[in-house]
Amino acid sequence: METMLRDRRAALLLVGPALLIYSLIVLVPVVWSLVYTLFEGNVLSGFQFVGFQNYTLLVRDPSFWQAFAFTLKYAVVVTIGQVGIGLLLSLLYVFYLGKASGLIRTLIFFPLVLPTVAVAQLFSKIFEIAPQYGLVNSLLQGVHLDGAIQPWLGQGGTAFWVIVIMDIWRAMGFYAVLLFAGLVEIPGDIIEGARVDGATGWRLVRYIVLPLMTPILFSSLIFSVNGTLKVFDSVLALTGGGPGQTTTPLTLSMFNTAFSNGQYGYGSTIATALAIMCLLVTLLIFRSARRDVA
Amino acid sequence: MSFIEEIVSERLNRRQFVKVAGGATISLAAFLAGCGSSTGGSTNSNGSAAIEFLSVQQEGTGWPLVLSTITDQYAKTHPGTTFKVNFAGQTQLYQKIQLLAGQGALPILYNSPPADLMAQLVKNGEGLDIESTFQQLGVFEELQPVAATLLKKVFNGQLVALPFELNIEGFWYNKQIFTQNSLQPPDTWDALVQIAGTLHQKGIQPFSASGTQGWPITRLVGNYLFRKLGPGALESVKSGQAKLTDAPYVEAAQAVANLGKQGYFGKGVATIAYDPAVDVFLQGKAAMFYMGSWELRDFNNPARNKIGADNIGFFPFPNVTGGTGSSTQTPMNAGQPTSMNKQKYNATVGQWLAYMAKNYGDVALQKEGAVTGFVVHNPPANLDALTSLVENQIKQVSEPVLWFEAQFSTKATNISQQDAALLATGAMSPNDFMVAVQQAF
Repeated sequence: METMLRDRRAALLLVGPALLIYSLIVLVPVVWSLVYTLFEGNVLSGFQFVGFQNYTLLVRDPSFWQAFAFTLKYAVVVTIGQVGIGLLLSLLYVFYLGKASGLIRTLIFFPLVLPTVAVAQLFSKIFEIAPQYGLVNSLLQGVHLDGAIQPWLGQGGTAFWVIVIMDIWRAMGFYAVLLFAGLVEIPGDIIEGARVDGATGWRLVRYIVLPLMTPILFSSLIFSVNGTLKVFDSVLALTGGGPGQTTTPLTLSMFNTAFSNGQYGYGSTIATALAIMCLLVTLLIFRSARRDVA
Repeated sequence: MSFIEEIVSERLNRRQFVKVAGGATISLAAFLAGCGSSTGGSTNSNGSAAIEFLSVQQEGTGWPLVLSTITDQYAKTHPGTTFKVNFAGQTQLYQKIQLLAGQGALPILYNSPPADLMAQLVKNGEGLDIESTFQQLGVFEELQPVAATLLKKVFNGQLVALPFELNIEGFWYNKQIFTQNSLQPPDTWDALVQIAGTLHQKGIQPFSASGTQGWPITRLVGNYLFRKLGPGALESVKSGQAKLTDAPYVEAAQAVANLGKQGYFGKGVATIAYDPAVDVFLQGKAAMFYMGSWELRDFNNPARNKIGADNIGFFPFPNVTGGTGSSTQTPMNAGQPTSMNKQKYNATVGQWLAYMAKNYGDVALQKEGAVTGFVVHNPPANLDALTSLVENQIKQVSEPVLWFEAQFSTKATNISQQDAALLATGAMSPNDFMVAVQQAF
């Protein structure tokens, strides 16, 4: 085995095909897209070189900043929600449900398996107002809170919260299972010892359990932030970025600019901005992780 | 030693390496090459026409149904002629067209993209000039003149699309609701707003409109402009003589925003999609519905129309007091037009095209009850009331006018239709709306 892996040529031969496909499918389009940022146009009308004009336009474009703010807001709120509720659920599994948690874990994980479009259809019907009241509006009508009946998906503010609730509901089971795995790793005698010393409930969690879970918590946070910064299908399926562009994240803005408006250069610029944003956020989390864990 | 250890123990010498690596590369290249798409022409192997249609309608309905009926008749004298539908949803149509055009694989028939994209396709040789082709084939008189005028207006003076539909737009209203409330169809915009107010007070939703589609709202803005400033209102914007941010233009947006502010569109206007909006009207939950005559398909469908086809009346978009336009300048369109790919056009297709042009008007009226831009040679004896109404209205048109985004760029069209819901709910001011659309020009 060692001789095989030390042989450069053999290693190259084994890695070669996969590396070639990876380069073609991932690296080449990334570089291509970066080159597009210096051009403007589309497949039909051809491309003209415009230098850094796309970047200067981007910085001055209010709809870009609106999408940027939405993406950031969404990522923070949904990450806190997903990981936070996942954490609470995992504590529930270990400390209250114990062995019986298997079924509950599966049920709560289940929404993640459903297609995003199906879940979006479900939620758009739950929050419907026309042509007939959906579940939420019917309930409000039933308890005589008619003043609270509103077009939940027709207003930027409330539509944001509907998307947030939908995505947290979908993914909290996943983080619950992930953090559950981290929790069961904690040696039982440490918990026993802490209990003997008088730590119970919240103090047990805050001073013993959480510090021991820090590595997996950080992994979950990075995972979640990365995923939520790049949200696309949830938003597209539920509101399509609307009303107007009030619930348009950067990914959808880039998609519309490039493929609906036919501006490939500007769309690539938005994509580059998004990539830089993801990189910065990930670096930030890694830095703070190293300080804590190391 | 095991088999693996034997092989591994002799390090690959240079020749063996080159052999294996070379073989792998060649097979990979062959695999990738095999994945390339073939660009089929528009003729079958036996020389007959193979018509493929990139369409937003599924086969078995609408234009594909009419075309396949015609092709079946044509195939009796020209055996082997085939007709196939390549379906693309409305929201993916432009992307698919760009993709296929870039590969040179655009089918012979395809739903037309917006005017600026279409101009590109014509420049690249993928848009056929219908006027000269039809004149060559001797079937130019099969096109209704108003349809040709209309399409030339849309596509910058060139006739590069086929009018498989010819629609008028206006307000369809529920006659029963009007009589019950002693209301008459209005002549002026102010009278329309008054009627809406009366209905709203009685708890009846005045208008049904789809905010997610956006255009049912921007149509009202555009038509107000045509009534106020005359038929050239939006051509002035395109030519740069006027701006959407000028006072008269913002006034139109304000007029429509006022309807929304009073709640005349109903609470869910920003969330309601196209079909639910049709249903709200056809189930009697709204009194008036601005729509085009393509919806006759559903108005005449008793399963969907709960208020009855004889209960639906029509009044044209009213005049605006002090404006230069008049209500005989009817908003018209040719629906989603269909263009042809010049690169795939040949004499065989030409024969099919000539046959199609002579028969489309009749077959569409028979099969779908649809009014088209093609001349009808044998009108059926008893035509339903609504279709007769539409045909009469078309005869009274003094000049067709287009719609708000007709001559905008793709980006401006998208912005306008996306922000329409915000305009209707008051989340975006009329001035901001016009600024956003003007900037996207």
